[in-house]
Amino acid sequence: MARKTATSLLFFLLLSIHLGGCSTLPRTTEQSRPPLRSYDALVDDRQHPLEVYDPLEGFNRGVYRFNHYFDRYLFLPVVRTYDFLLPDYLEDRISGFVDNVFEFNNLLNNLLQLKWKGAGITLSRLIINSTIGIGGLWDPATGWGLQRRTEDFGQTLGFYGIGNGPYLVLPLLGPSNLRDSFGIAGDAAGFAGIGPVAWVDNSTASQAFTSVSSVDRRHRQPFRYYQTGSPFEYEMVRLLYTQKRALEISK
Amino acid sequence: MTILRLISIMLMVLMGAKGAYRSASAFDYPITDPYAATVIETPSEYRAKLPAALPTSTINLRIFPDRRIPEIFWYQDGLPCSLIRQRHEAPLIFIIAGTGARYDAPKMLDLQKVFYQAGFHVLSLSSPTHMDFVINASESMAPGNLEDDAGDLYRVMERARQAIGRHIAVSDYYLTGYSLGGIQAAFVSRLDEDRQRFGFRKVLLINPPVSLYRSVTILDRLLDDNIPGGLNNFQTWLDEVMLNLSDIYQELGYFEFSGDYIHRVHERYPHRDPFLRAIIGLSFRMSSSNMIFSADIMNGGGYITPTHAEITPTTSLTPYAMVACRTGFTDYFHEYLYPRLRRRHPGLTEAQLIARLSLHHIGGYLRATEKIGVMHNRDDIILDAGDIDWLRETFGRRARIFPLGGHCGNLAHPEVVNYMTDFFNQGKD
Repeated sequence: MARKTATSLLFFLLLSIHLGGCSTLPRTTEQSRPPLRSYDALVDDRQHPLEVYDPLEGFNRGVYRFNHYFDRYLFLPVVRTYDFLLPDYLEDRISGFVDNVFEFNNLLNNLLQLKWKGAGITLSRLIINSTIGIGGLWDPATGWGLQRRTEDFGQTLGFYGIGNGPYLVLPLLGPSNLRDSFGIAGDAAGFAGIGPVAWVDNSTASQAFTSVSSVDRRHRQPFRYYQTGSPFEYEMVRLLYTQKRALEISK
Repeated sequence: MTILRLISIMLMVLMGAKGAYRSASAFDYPITDPYAATVIETPSEYRAKLPAALPTSTINLRIFPDRRIPEIFWYQDGLPCSLIRQRHEAPLIFIIAGTGARYDAPKMLDLQKVFYQAGFHVLSLSSPTHMDFVINASESMAPGNLEDDAGDLYRVMERARQAIGRHIAVSDYYLTGYSLGGIQAAFVSRLDEDRQRFGFRKVLLINPPVSLYRSVTILDRLLDDNIPGGLNNFQTWLDEVMLNLSDIYQELGYFEFSGDYIHRVHERYPHRDPFLRAIIGLSFRMSSSNMIFSADIMNGGGYITPTHAEITPTTSLTPYAMVACRTGFTDYFHEYLYPRLRRRHPGLTEAQLIARLSLHHIGGYLRATEKIGVMHNRDDIILDAGDIDWLRETFGRRARIFPLGGHCGNLAHPEVVNYMTDFFNQGKD
């Protein structure tokens, strides 16, 4: 699974570099008149948060749109069916189970960043929720003041000083950047190589878990494409993603 | 959840608006700082009991089926509105959303619950300033002139009524709207006196601007005056905000979008008013940016985008977003809306237009029309000195002024909910 993710990521990156050359400037004709309010007159050469480094923007916008179609015609119908079939109570138990399994990645990345307290809390959570919480179906640890310490491999890379790199919109996975794409691959590799997938060693179970966790995560994410009422939704998502990751890394 | 909502929650976490909470009094809305009230709205323990879920369906209206929609708006496919219906014959209330808001914005959802609970069919309309409306339902595709907007809204209401046609038994029609939607409701009501399509029994204006131009000036300035160095210095401001948030994050060890978290943050951070003002200004600026860009594209460009430009779905819109967020509603008024209207009405001056875009302009109608009421807050930030007095004097007993709540911050408070419900119930037979 890890190798597959890494290969497809590499393929995607090559593809994006290839297609990224598409122009993102509007084509104008001889009739074109510049606008009354222009960029050059209003914006100075300081750094602006909205202008995230995005050299592959044309391609990213294409993937963004593709993700919308995927979401609308495949992913959301599945999620809706899931919502319809299962009672909320059961959905919450599944979310708990999924989160508990992924505590492995939190633990690993807390350790990689030498965050001993975070690692201790995560380990305690894992033990408490797996036993008393019956495989994570319930989360008694949070009730006892042990809040989840989320860390992923992208954050670990960021912790050691690796910058964002170009912004990327990953097919199916959504907003990311070069560093975090490697982070996703790294987490998947750890999860499969030395984590729960390796422990269980049963490809049917692993595949089932992958499907359930994807649906569970989409089910918990209220975002819907092109519903923000802003023609600048792409820019807004890019800005929020970038700021959110900066925050997560700085903590 | 809209991105704007997400941002506002995120920003609420940052700002640490420990709005001087006050002890119980006649009106026990807890936030005395009007800017904090506007952003935080009604804290959960003070909210009225409202239905948890609504039987909402959406209807999609194609108002101008022949209109060519530019490729960049490929995802626009008609104007969505929502209908919540009672199972039996009932009165129907139209709700008009505030600036930039969609039919399902959080405040809209609160109002929908209030009126559904009170026994109305509820038909919710996006603001004429929302991009869906500009693109699909505005005749001029350049909103802001209240009489034109009222005409557009009226057309949408008629079409919505047709669309839900036989499936619903309606006894009477009612109308309301908040903020910009409030002043628009007044203009729609006046239009209905001529056209008589609905014959509204009662109309409630919720926190409307008295003068649209004055209110947008105030809101524009909130941004310009409270981000030191203006938007070109936004990075510095945002960095500071993120730094604060990061401190909180470090201290608490975790981060989540929840009321509980916000509450903990409040307890730690001192009240910072300029920050709150900037947030409100920013939120308004985002709404007006969306509107201005949509209007400009629909009208062929020339204001913030070049004319005759082929903007495709993969074209970067970032440079236009940068310009749009440096364009206030007042800029749009002077540089775009007014010149366009003057072409249609030669001799129209700016001062005349400003005067037209106000409740004063229809003061005689408001004074004489018993069915129209207004609900407002004494500390509403979009009003000018003297506006509240004018409302009291014009509406008389039909004006209800709450002492606190900022701009639309108290809509979910039980006393406010009761007032709205009673106001409309008195119209029922």
